[in-house]
Amino acid sequence: MDTNTTARLLLRKKQDILVNWMENQLADDTLRDDLISNEELNKQSEELLDGLLKAVSHGNFENIYSPEYEQTLDTLGDISITRARQGFSPRETNLYVLSLKQALTDVLEQEHLNDPALLYKEVILINKLLDNLSIATFETYLKGREEVILRQTDELNEISTPVIRVWDGILALPIIGTLDSSRTQIVMENLLQEIVNTGSSIAILDISGVPAVDSLVAQHLIKTVSATRLMGAECIISGIRAEIAQTIVHLGIDLSNIRTKSTLASALQIAFEMLNLQVRKTGQTSVTKLLR
Amino acid sequence: MERIPILKMGPFLLVTIQVDLYDRLALNLENDLITMVSKTGARGVLIDISAVTIVDSFMGRILGNIASMSRIMDAETVVVGMQPAVAITLVELGLTLQGVHTALNVERGMDLLYKKTDVLLDQNQEEEEEAAEQDPE
Repeated sequence: MDTNTTARLLLRKKQDILVNWMENQLADDTLRDDLISNEELNKQSEELLDGLLKAVSHGNFENIYSPEYEQTLDTLGDISITRARQGFSPRETNLYVLSLKQALTDVLEQEHLNDPALLYKEVILINKLLDNLSIATFETYLKGREEVILRQTDELNEISTPVIRVWDGILALPIIGTLDSSRTQIVMENLLQEIVNTGSSIAILDISGVPAVDSLVAQHLIKTVSATRLMGAECIISGIRAEIAQTIVHLGIDLSNIRTKSTLASALQIAFEMLNLQVRKTGQTSVTKLLR
Repeated sequence: MERIPILKMGPFLLVTIQVDLYDRLALNLENDLITMVSKTGARGVLIDISAVTIVDSFMGRILGNIASMSRIMDAETVVVGMQPAVAITLVELGLTLQGVHTALNVERGMDLLYKKTDVLLDQNQEEEEEAAEQDPE
């Protein structure tokens, strides 16, 4: 069998294949016309088919990593990464490529109806090629998704560890979400750096946003407190909810040499006391004056 | 041979470590410092490590040793100006320097020493009390 003949045949039938493919896609139940318009889909498909037919015109149906497939892989990569971002499911993205298989084999079937042996070989060839392409699509799709996840993780790490200067010499650090090793590291570095920058002597670690405290999280908290102490600042842990207190005692974690408070307000109160500050109500005198 | 200078400031000793400590240097420092404490009868030791960027467990232990030895000789130890990276390293090594007082900078370290050792504080208080007694008149 001459692969070049097959390639030429496909190139000649390009328009038929495209129409066939589009029909297949549009007829499919899983078509997401909410995410992509039909015209755009048509343009995308034509570009991909063009590239693919140009690639096979060299007679290479086997190795999709050879130079002539570069353009096809690029197009395919772009398509699947855009689809990953647009929120297409893996199944829909993969079906897009696999539906081309159907379109191609249909054309070959019409052409070689009376030569089953040749048809069989060609179909096998097309199958292999498109399977490879669909694997490549899937790989890029996953890569696209992973990029999205990585970016989100970075954003989460950045936004969730603000160090707030609540008073001259008092820092507060509300922790939201689960504390794992990498986050503790970031939290600790941010806090210590801020202590150096502002010359604060008291840091309040508020854990009301931490959903659960297990022995590992407690370990991280203790580490943070110890490091703050080494720097010469005092650390108060606040926002300890009833469930968290229960878990801590049940796990047998010793927090006795760490100052703990149930609310940020009471931690702030203690911090004021440590700095010899007082908060007083004003305006009392004017009321008494009025009464007189 | 390289040595770290130990300065006497009233009843306290002030040590500023401006190079990264290697083991021999740290041992010498420990030795010199304790000798100085016994010679001068100092009531407090202030160690400034703000220029130290690298520590290991040995250095952590030396700091702990200095503190314990000074304590036996009735002198308090304050370590000041620890860098965040150094603090994290010490915590990761499991060295929390129990018994060592810490402060953010030399100024606050001095305040802490005055507070911890009561000799001077007593004098201050007496002065204040005297002043307070004189005020009404």
